[in-house]
Amino acid sequence: MRYLPHTDEDIAAMLNVVGLKDLNDLFAVVPGDCRFGGALQLPKAMSEWSLEEHVGRLAGRMAVSPEYSLFLGAGSYDHYIPATVSSLLGRSEFVTSYTPYQPEMLQGTLQGIYEYQTLAARLLGMEVATASHYDGATALAEALLMAVRITGRKKVALSRAIHPHYRQVVRTYFAPTGYELREIPYLETGLTDLARLEEIRDLAAVALQSPNFFGCIENLQAAAERAHSGGALLVSGFTEALAFGLLKSPGNQGADIVAGEGQSLGIPRSFGGPALGMLASRKRYMRSLPGRLVGQTKDRDGKRGFVLTLATREQHIRRENATSNICSNNSLCALAAAMYMASLGGTGIRELASLNHDKAEYLKNALRDAGCPIRFSSPTFNEFVVGLPGGFDARYRRLLDRKIVAGLPLGAYYPELADHGLLCVTETFSKEEMDRLIKEVSA
Amino acid sequence: MSESLGTTGLILNEPLLWERGKKGRCGFSMPPGDVPPSPLPVELTGDGPDFPDLSEIEVVRHYTRLSTWNFGVDTGIYPLGSCTMKYNPKINEKLAGLRGFTAAHPLLPSFLSQGALQLMFNLELFLAEITGLDATTLQPAAGAQGELTGMLIVHAWHRSRGKQRTKILIPDTAHGTNPSSAALCGYAPVPVPSGPDGILIPEIVAGLMDGETAGIMITNPNTLGLFEENIREIARIVHDLGGLVYGDGANMNAVLGVVKPGATGVDILHLNLHKTFSTPHGGGGPGAGPVAVRKDLARFLPVPRVIEKKGIYHFSEDFPDSIGRFLAFHGHFGVLLRAYAYILSMGPDGLKKASRLAVLNANYVQARLKDVLHTPYDRPCMHECVFSDRNQQEAGITTMEMAKRLMDYGYHPPTIYFPLVVHDAIMIEPTETETKEDLDGFIEAFRSVVREAEENPGVIRDAPALCKVRRLDETAAARNPCLTG
Amino acid sequence: MKRIEEIELPGELRYSPDHEWVRQEDGLARVGLTDYAQDQLGDIVYVELPAVGIHIAQGVVFATVESVKSVSECFMPLAGEIAAVNGPLADNPVLLNQSPYGDGWMVLVKPDDPAAVSQLLTAEAYLTRLKGGV
Repeated sequence: MRYLPHTDEDIAAMLNVVGLKDLNDLFAVVPGDCRFGGALQLPKAMSEWSLEEHVGRLAGRMAVSPEYSLFLGAGSYDHYIPATVSSLLGRSEFVTSYTPYQPEMLQGTLQGIYEYQTLAARLLGMEVATASHYDGATALAEALLMAVRITGRKKVALSRAIHPHYRQVVRTYFAPTGYELREIPYLETGLTDLARLEEIRDLAAVALQSPNFFGCIENLQAAAERAHSGGALLVSGFTEALAFGLLKSPGNQGADIVAGEGQSLGIPRSFGGPALGMLASRKRYMRSLPGRLVGQTKDRDGKRGFVLTLATREQHIRRENATSNICSNNSLCALAAAMYMASLGGTGIRELASLNHDKAEYLKNALRDAGCPIRFSSPTFNEFVVGLPGGFDARYRRLLDRKIVAGLPLGAYYPELADHGLLCVTETFSKEEMDRLIKEVSA
Repeated sequence: MSESLGTTGLILNEPLLWERGKKGRCGFSMPPGDVPPSPLPVELTGDGPDFPDLSEIEVVRHYTRLSTWNFGVDTGIYPLGSCTMKYNPKINEKLAGLRGFTAAHPLLPSFLSQGALQLMFNLELFLAEITGLDATTLQPAAGAQGELTGMLIVHAWHRSRGKQRTKILIPDTAHGTNPSSAALCGYAPVPVPSGPDGILIPEIVAGLMDGETAGIMITNPNTLGLFEENIREIARIVHDLGGLVYGDGANMNAVLGVVKPGATGVDILHLNLHKTFSTPHGGGGPGAGPVAVRKDLARFLPVPRVIEKKGIYHFSEDFPDSIGRFLAFHGHFGVLLRAYAYILSMGPDGLKKASRLAVLNANYVQARLKDVLHTPYDRPCMHECVFSDRNQQEAGITTMEMAKRLMDYGYHPPTIYFPLVVHDAIMIEPTETETKEDLDGFIEAFRSVVREAEENPGVIRDAPALCKVRRLDETAAARNPCLTG
Repeated sequence: MKRIEEIELPGELRYSPDHEWVRQEDGLARVGLTDYAQDQLGDIVYVELPAVGIHIAQGVVFATVESVKSVSECFMPLAGEIAAVNGPLADNPVLLNQSPYGDGWMVLVKPDDPAAVSQLLTAEAYLTRLKGGV
């Protein structure tokens, strides 16, 4: 086997040095009743060529564009990824390196992540960003736990317009804590009903997502004012990071902690993972942040260098008193995002975000003109909730036969929105592709 | 080999991204606008982020240069104890890049994602077989999240039996994620001291186990690289008093096909795919931490789960006792795919051989360094061995300093200052993918460093001398954190 | 690290077995970490102090001190109310290393029992403990 370089000669020579006769002797210390004497019931080893054929066939049983038109977002987005990003990210010095606990040997990763932290903070309008988390949902859960630590209060309010899976993950993380989770409903406009916050006291945090699950752009400024007047923090979530190329950043609207998903920034969808949890906060909350942080420093000769820092927040030092149990981050995904943001640039990201918005508006307006009710009146980015003539679910099924996935049917997530779907458009959809959907829908 | 592996070469400096670029440059091929512009209301529009504008060549040069400052497994040995830095097969990277997977949306109707679902279903079976347990979840994104999953399953199981317990036993050799995961779940960690041989003693466990203790978290082999020989007895003690045995499978690389944790009394086990199953570390992640459980605990596993009905695979959330969802979607599919490919490449015999050679390599290193480095547990090890700097104390040279000097010889240092039960520990895990020649090179380098400690300690105190940067001021970084530029 | 003989131990102070010192000041007790403690901890990067006004019992954690790679807890040498904390220590943790008995003080305590200070170790007794005696 090509990954196992030992020849029989090597093995004999090494056993000799160790003072044993046989490889089996290495396991003499394992008691007989712990020993597994049989063979593992697994498929026999495949050659590289059979493996490629087998996995290739599995990949062939997946619906992807261009064969299928997937107007599907809901937390996972199709954006063009430059060949430069894929190529640079494939460099094995980035891929096969370890966490930079020995910084002198890993300045590439460390500077790369420091740059990612900086660009992430600038994107979100915040002062500090972490080196990344598993995904937007866990980042949101961590952000809320952080707010509890900071304020000392044990109650959190969550908008129902946050991605349903994100709310599920928050519930999972909160389940053993005994902290209280309150849900705030949304209005007919598609925005969170902030007035309901009047009724709730002693909140550690108010959490919104913007653009929210319905694609609607929330009034974070108003939410911040409400939260702060009650002594709570505003935690602002997101699933579509590209939005901030165009929209006012959460930091600029008074958010204290921002937590969301960075998959749109140069990371392929990959059936949902790995993704990129982004977490950022004001500098004053820095020591409550979970996860890894890279900081700038100098070496003995006064040269600039980078290290993991503020490690005393983390599990390997504080153990049970750590800010979180998190150990690894999604470092390679964060690096991909930095490469993507670097490729786009400040001018480019604005242009691309505008293009995304234009495309989605085009489809939204065309569907409206074709007689499809647009459910919410608020301005949206990339995604919107729509009904289809003759009923959404029936029409959705017929469109599947035409290899068009017309969004995400919402009945399973929001019973009051049964017979509606969440459609998504990005820069990867041409006018022709959208026109085809209109034609099929109108037929 | 008379020439040192570590040498100088022309490595280039590279500024920070925002120290480069010029306004108006772009490294992205902007698609043409084929629809009318539709501006957002002004009050919702921002100024856009303050990113530098870079051309494609600048982005390429930037990251190419940064990569030359990094040391990866592809560069040389990474003998980090407890990390299993084995070779990352390139075919796995190619397969993970197949468009059918990279472009796949996680919320497609099942019949449009059969390839991915079948892969996940089969990987679950493979991991159950390897661990000797009955059901698996592939959702946890990392070992630590796997531990949290396991702790929540323990919690749910006790709740289902009508009594919640408050404590959990954790050996003093445990990885830091163990107590922090337990604490996240509301359990107070109770430290269990290891015996003089470095392994757990049943009488001590029996003395600590009671009706308030939810169970024990055990790593086997433990972080000293020693097999917990008394594990079956310990599991019996915990089970007899109504507790569960949680296994931290980080060291599974020592026992593939040799020991099935499920058969030793373990009820729940997490695996680290980025350790045992060859998926790359990526500079810190992403990894994956699947969890396998005994049959009667399967109902608590996270949702969604992959089920099969008449040859068609689906996701299902119809598990009322589930502890819930841990990620927005289904797990780190890209990582799962690589592990799947690895298992199919190795086959059952290959996996078993990998463990045997991993243990051989570690014992070989131990045998060839124990005459110069203090060996706290002078007995055969499993896949990793532990030393300390006690022999160098008189010369005033520390574990940390020797680690830094190894870099100049062209080797990534071993794990240092862990496990905590050994003062100033040095933990070496070579893994099975290292050749005897490379191991000999590493051993010779370490022996040279030990010699320098006696004869020329100054050169150790100045180390590293050949890296891109010299010793970094971590104190200043912590006193005055500068986390953004 | 310093040898035992090099450790500074002002004679007029009292000491706890957990390496805190106490100075009596007009009915109040000023508390800090001994020279031995700061030397063992190495470069201190951050100090977390309690809120003013709260009451902490003897032996309970009142502060944490961080070096780059470790966190150490500090235990109240005597029970009392926190009358003041050393604010400058937040921005300048190095004061604890440079001047453990002076500018690096940690908290000022209003003791529940003023006599409790005299029950702490003298400089000689603390030094004996450091040397390995009882």
